[in-house]
Amino acid sequence: MKLGLVVDLDTCVGCHACGTACKQWNTSGTIGPLSDERPYEKDPSGSWLNRIRTYEVGDSPHSKTVNMPMSCMHCEDAACVTVCPTGASYKREEDGIVLIDQDKCMGCNLCSWACPYGARELDPSSGTMKKCTLCVDRIYDEQLPEAERQPACVLTCPTSSRVFGDFDDPDSDVSKLTRERAGQQLMPELGYNPVNTYLPPRNPKQQDQVKVSAMQGVKQLVNRIINR
Amino acid sequence: MHPAFSVLIFTVTSGAGYGLLAWLGVGQLLGYTQAQTTDQQIVVGVIAMVLVSIGLLSSTMHLANPKNAWRSFSRFRTSWLSREAVFAILLYPVAALYAAAIFWQWSCINWLAGLSIVLALVTLFSTSMIYASLKTIRQWNTPMVPALFMAYALSSGGLLFLAVSGLFGALNSVLLSTVLGLVLITFALKMVYFFWQGKPQGATIQTATGFSQASVRLLDAGHSAPTFLNREFGYQIAADKLLRLRIVMTIVTFVVPLVIFYCVLQGSAVELLAVAWLMMMVGLLIERWLFFAEARHVVRLYHGDQRT
Repeated sequence: MKLGLVVDLDTCVGCHACGTACKQWNTSGTIGPLSDERPYEKDPSGSWLNRIRTYEVGDSPHSKTVNMPMSCMHCEDAACVTVCPTGASYKREEDGIVLIDQDKCMGCNLCSWACPYGARELDPSSGTMKKCTLCVDRIYDEQLPEAERQPACVLTCPTSSRVFGDFDDPDSDVSKLTRERAGQQLMPELGYNPVNTYLPPRNPKQQDQVKVSAMQGVKQLVNRIINR
Repeated sequence: MHPAFSVLIFTVTSGAGYGLLAWLGVGQLLGYTQAQTTDQQIVVGVIAMVLVSIGLLSSTMHLANPKNAWRSFSRFRTSWLSREAVFAILLYPVAALYAAAIFWQWSCINWLAGLSIVLALVTLFSTSMIYASLKTIRQWNTPMVPALFMAYALSSGGLLFLAVSGLFGALNSVLLSTVLGLVLITFALKMVYFFWQGKPQGATIQTATGFSQASVRLLDAGHSAPTFLNREFGYQIAADKLLRLRIVMTIVTFVVPLVIFYCVLQGSAVELLAVAWLMMMVGLLIERWLFFAEARHVVRLYHGDQRT
């Protein structure tokens, strides 16, 4: 299995709901609290696992606003795991999820340096690295109804711009979407082979030619002649 | 990259320590240390290991959760940081045996000297590979980085070896010219690195966002106050300040020690070599600060940088 996410850049409205849902679920999840610094002051900070950024693509008047949520890509060649000296970072063989063992991390920051996507953030209070778990404590929970065994960000997305699934299965939703809409990896030239893909915005639909019946065609012709 | 002071101290002082130990071993193998007494050789070795230890202790200061530091020996097969930790610790018993061999005049002294040189160089190489192996930072991901780290360590360690030998009155002219040549090579290598670094290359905001055919600008970073990513990777410094620091670094690290070398070769007091060493250490701290401050991580592309 190769679990990951597809993010639809065409429909994402940049509402930050995925980031908030992620924080809400994971702050009481397996990686312990995601602590904050000065949460009610003018410069709040803290560990956050899903950052949403907004870009202007193209030049005005032909520019487009694109919202890009980014969390861990669960790379196939995860350099963050290779560089980890303590063995706290690991990639699960069975489903490819990259996780951090909070009991082993010594907070040296090297994995965050190795990650090109900014997916890892140091928790200011525990001094350990935190990252997206792909809600590993949700997706296998048999107490939950089957439809809810998905990451919190995917469940909450109001525009269904986030899809979760197995990229190894060619018939899964994520594989089909990636295939049909030319989903692409971010910064592929670094060679980390990220699993998550991003669907580029679709081109605006062409206006269909209005079909006119034979009778209307005659009427239009007569009107044009009378106008002359 | 944010220059963490503990890491600057670590790489500069332990580098000089490993360099000094390597030179002590080289002096032994080439037969130059015979001019020094046993006590003098042991003093040099102790200075080396004190410098190394100050550096290693300082390196643990930047850990956010140091109680797990002992686990860093466990991933020797994949992680350069782990390899560095293992070799750094392995060096201690070897250096202690080397000291014992000097003191009691063991016959295996040359083997222990050789082993100390190898371990010192391998530890230095491992440290430099922590940086050079990161594909996310193009300024570091080059074979020039390990070459420079070794050259700095052997230059500063060599200069210290000469300074201490000078104070003991056992300065060897062959070693003096060898270290002089090494400082010149290091100087040239650093200049090559500066020119190479100025050439734009690598990932851009286009490859980072996947919009390879259009211009891309950041509209909103999504947070109202700096995050971990901004603090760690967003280090920004004015270009004119960087240029000034580069000039100061070049003068203090290379030009001043080279002038002192010239004076000593012309017959000035050998005590000046200690001044040269101190100047080089200060210069190397500036150099290491620049090494971090000028490194631009690709995550900055997502925060609006057009290229790294």
